[in-house]
Amino acid sequence: MSSIFKFHNDVDTDQIIASQYLLLPSVEEMKGYTFESLDGEFANSVKPGDIIVAGENFGCGSSREQAPGVLKALGIKAVVAKSFARIFYRNAINIGLPVLVSKDFYDAAEAGKEGDLDLAEGKIQYDGVTYTCTKLPPYMQNILNQGGLIASLNRED
Amino acid sequence: MGMTLGEKIIARAAGVPVVKPGEIHTVDVDYLMSNDGTTHLTIDMFYHQLKDPRIADKNKLVFIIDHNIPAENPKTAAAHKKMREFAKEYGIAFYEGKGVCHQIMLEDFVEPGQFIMGADSHTCSYGAVGAFGTGIGCTDFLYAMVTGKSWVLVPETIRFNLTGKLKEGVYPRDLILTIIGDIGANGCNYKIMEFAGEGAHGLSVNDRFVLCNLAVEAGAKTGLVEPDEKVVEFMKERGRRYDNLFASDVDASFMKVFDYDLSKIEPVVAEPHFVDNVKPLSQVGEIKIDEAFLGSCNNGRIDELRVAAAILKGRKVHPDVRFLIAPASNSVYLQALEEGLVDIFLESGAMMMNPNCSVCWGSCQGVIGEGETLISTGTRNFKGRAGHKDSKVYLASAATVAASAVSGRIVGPEAL
Repeated sequence: MSSIFKFHNDVDTDQIIASQYLLLPSVEEMKGYTFESLDGEFANSVKPGDIIVAGENFGCGSSREQAPGVLKALGIKAVVAKSFARIFYRNAINIGLPVLVSKDFYDAAEAGKEGDLDLAEGKIQYDGVTYTCTKLPPYMQNILNQGGLIASLNRED
Repeated sequence: MGMTLGEKIIARAAGVPVVKPGEIHTVDVDYLMSNDGTTHLTIDMFYHQLKDPRIADKNKLVFIIDHNIPAENPKTAAAHKKMREFAKEYGIAFYEGKGVCHQIMLEDFVEPGQFIMGADSHTCSYGAVGAFGTGIGCTDFLYAMVTGKSWVLVPETIRFNLTGKLKEGVYPRDLILTIIGDIGANGCNYKIMEFAGEGAHGLSVNDRFVLCNLAVEAGAKTGLVEPDEKVVEFMKERGRRYDNLFASDVDASFMKVFDYDLSKIEPVVAEPHFVDNVKPLSQVGEIKIDEAFLGSCNNGRIDELRVAAAILKGRKVHPDVRFLIAPASNSVYLQALEEGLVDIFLESGAMMMNPNCSVCWGSCQGVIGEGETLISTGTRNFKGRAGHKDSKVYLASAATVAASAVSGRIVGPEAL
């Protein structure tokens, strides 16, 4: 089971990880500052396997790959949003962070409650209801299945 | 069915005669630009994650240190050192402290019809000269650096038909903020924004850059203007090529078309904490400011410095306001010196910064404190963008920023 952390519409990449931390030597050193401006306790309270639920346009703003990077480093199982901003979405797939689109899960999901996410099926069991997420195009699903773009490149080499 | 301008550029990069929205294509990338916001991580991945670390074509790479320059602490200095040494080792074009990355790309590299990826979201600016620029993360950058290629999902195009002319005292910055306010921060998510019509062609290359640069703030993959004689002139002056001047076909398919009469646009302000939170300047009310910023890839070129200088001439910056000015590049700075603009700025009490992302990046220069308010020509007003998480950023034109710096509250020049 995954605990739910819930955020609003238009969460931008500055909120996920602020500019002043981006030049730290590694994503590991940045992850403690994740969502600092929105929820100062987030990085301490999140556990590997938890999920983030958000509204429209999650990850808008800058192209900083540190944004999906810190979420992956914290062990976030997936981000489930009504929609994603395109650069964040692409970066997440490239590094192997599952990003799922569901239009109706957001309204049902309550922060702090638990849901059961089946990544292979793209289905969430929550409060007795099954929510089905939109499938990725095969090209992108293939990148994600291989563990990200670099893993797929290494396989070709 | 014909193709749009953006589709034609992708088709050229993919080496196919036709592309259609929704298709995924492998493309050759003409340039790959990366700055100090992420390059140190890309280099670590290059050395530690690749089975066969290699560079497909060093001549396609441009590394630019512009975000935290000069370095403000030893960790930043280490990130810069890593980037500098890598560029030297592999013979990569390298710029440091010469200007904001997109301005450098415009001045020295981009040509019409090119497909360019940059590890910075505002890479979408290059549509000002009819090139397809789009922002990527470091993994995409690394893949393209190693293979020379990338994959592209062909986006649909949304056309913005511009007619008429902007009124005196209204700027392209007001226009693009108005558009983003109308369509919303994801109004063009995954799409191409094409600015067309006599209104678009009446704008200078600089002004087109202002429009295309903020396309990403509506979620767009890129912003484009059909290259015309002004772009040819721009390329000729710089000794660059212009043989791929693409234009949308008459029977091209657009997902939507919006019409804007430029003569109806008014000065606007984007209020905290979203770029689409746009209001007419006349309705903003009494907002006291602590800092003002003129600069950034969006609005730090000579045109904007001239606008600000005309307002500051013979006036003083308000005693409660810090006014920071960062020209977008050294060549802009030199031009401003030659025209005497810097004298006006310094005499007014403004602070001249080195060309860099400065306050717009909110990390190494002009950071604002708890509860403070900034008015800025930067690209974004997200919560905490310019410093403390409980500070506020308003976005406006160079004219509004300069007038506000004098007044101490948010006003247009007519209020001085």
